Amino acid sequence: MKPAPFAYAKAKSVEHAIELLGQAGGDARPLAGGQSLIATLNMRLSAPKLLVDLNGIGGLSGIAVRNGRVEIGALTRHVDAERSADIGKHAPLIALAMPHIGHAAIRNRGTIGGSIAFADPAAELPACLLALGGEIEIAGANGRRTVKADDFFKGLFETALSPQDVLTAIRVPAVTKDTRVGFAEFARRHGDYAMAGLAASAKANGAGLAGVRLAYFGVGDTPVRAKKAEAALAGGKVDDAIAALAADLNPSGDVQATAATKKHLAGVLLRRVTKQLMEAQP
Amino acid sequence: MSDMRCDIELTVNGETVMETVEARTTLVDFLRETLALTGSHVGCEHGVCGACTVRVDGAIVRGCLMLAAQCNGAKVETIEGVSDSGQIADLQSAFERRNALQCGFCTPGMLLTAQELLSNGGVPSRETIREHISGNYCRCTGYQAIVDAIEAVAQARAGGRK
Repeated sequence: MKPAPFAYAKAKSVEHAIELLGQAGGDARPLAGGQSLIATLNMRLSAPKLLVDLNGIGGLSGIAVRNGRVEIGALTRHVDAERSADIGKHAPLIALAMPHIGHAAIRNRGTIGGSIAFADPAAELPACLLALGGEIEIAGANGRRTVKADDFFKGLFETALSPQDVLTAIRVPAVTKDTRVGFAEFARRHGDYAMAGLAASAKANGAGLAGVRLAYFGVGDTPVRAKKAEAALAGGKVDDAIAALAADLNPSGDVQATAATKKHLAGVLLRRVTKQLMEAQP
Repeated sequence: MSDMRCDIELTVNGETVMETVEARTTLVDFLRETLALTGSHVGCEHGVCGACTVRVDGAIVRGCLMLAAQCNGAKVETIEGVSDSGQIADLQSAFERRNALQCGFCTPGMLLTAQELLSNGGVPSRETIREHISGNYCRCTGYQAIVDAIEAVAQARAGGRK
């Protein structure tokens, strides 16, 4: 299908983007990589009056490591994060997830900020950000603010962003020598949205794990923390953690898989990811 | 500041093009409908099938997930230009020789996608080839012959450089 008619404006700065977003009475959408947004326009799942193209704004892309944190500018393309030595070294969970995000042509265009802002519940990056306890930088009509990943994902495609906000960057803690990360997903075709997936981080604690954060995707309206399983895993019991998923997760069936299949896959994922977490990592 | 129609100037296959487009026109529709470059195909129109693959500023993208209005100042290359340039002649020949196409609908996108992988140099594993073309549907061949053709060209190009 073809999109319903809309107007197009190219923002010159973040402030200009915020101003433009305010002009269409809340019916404007920011356009970053467009790899989800334009698909929804083509399918007429959404029909905004105005698209505000962020792609011309300088200073919104790039990766920096400072003060023990990795900051990724919102307009950084997936392909650039995938090839980044800094991401590989300091944010290895994101490096693990990157090859699973869409296909080569999608990653050439899609952006890190766009993935987070769109907040598809089956997408990899929102779950990674949640697993890492990251934060989101937002610029809006009333200035700038920082929102923790735990507070950012509100509901199905719903986030802490208001219609006039622009997501400018994400930040995650840089790994230390005791950081452990793990990632796995099941998709019907490599690069497609997952039937179910799991991003995880923890700290090595003797022979066990502490500070376990398990973020599932494709099993709810948002990326979902499995908190009872986290506690069980910190206690060293994988089988107990898998049993605890029954209380943590309540997936609905979708076009990809039934609820029962997703529940089963969640357990398989936890066993695989736990193995990764227990292995020594650089 | 915002418009339902946009003036754009870009190069397509090396030629400068100036047009006024509806803001909602996708790149692939612009190429096909306005410029009559019908080698880029329109399949699913939501980024799944890869039939509309074109190059923008040297990187392959989905022609259905980019607006023509966003291509102001860009360098766009389609299968027509890439084919005429001769840079994929060996790949096209390998596709033909190994029956890596039947109806041909996916072929332009498949060739541009394969060429991007091959331009990285070396001989990628069959698994890497499969991953790289995972965003391009082919409903005729079952992919085996396509992987064969890409692998053969990678080997030939690597051999040719020695």
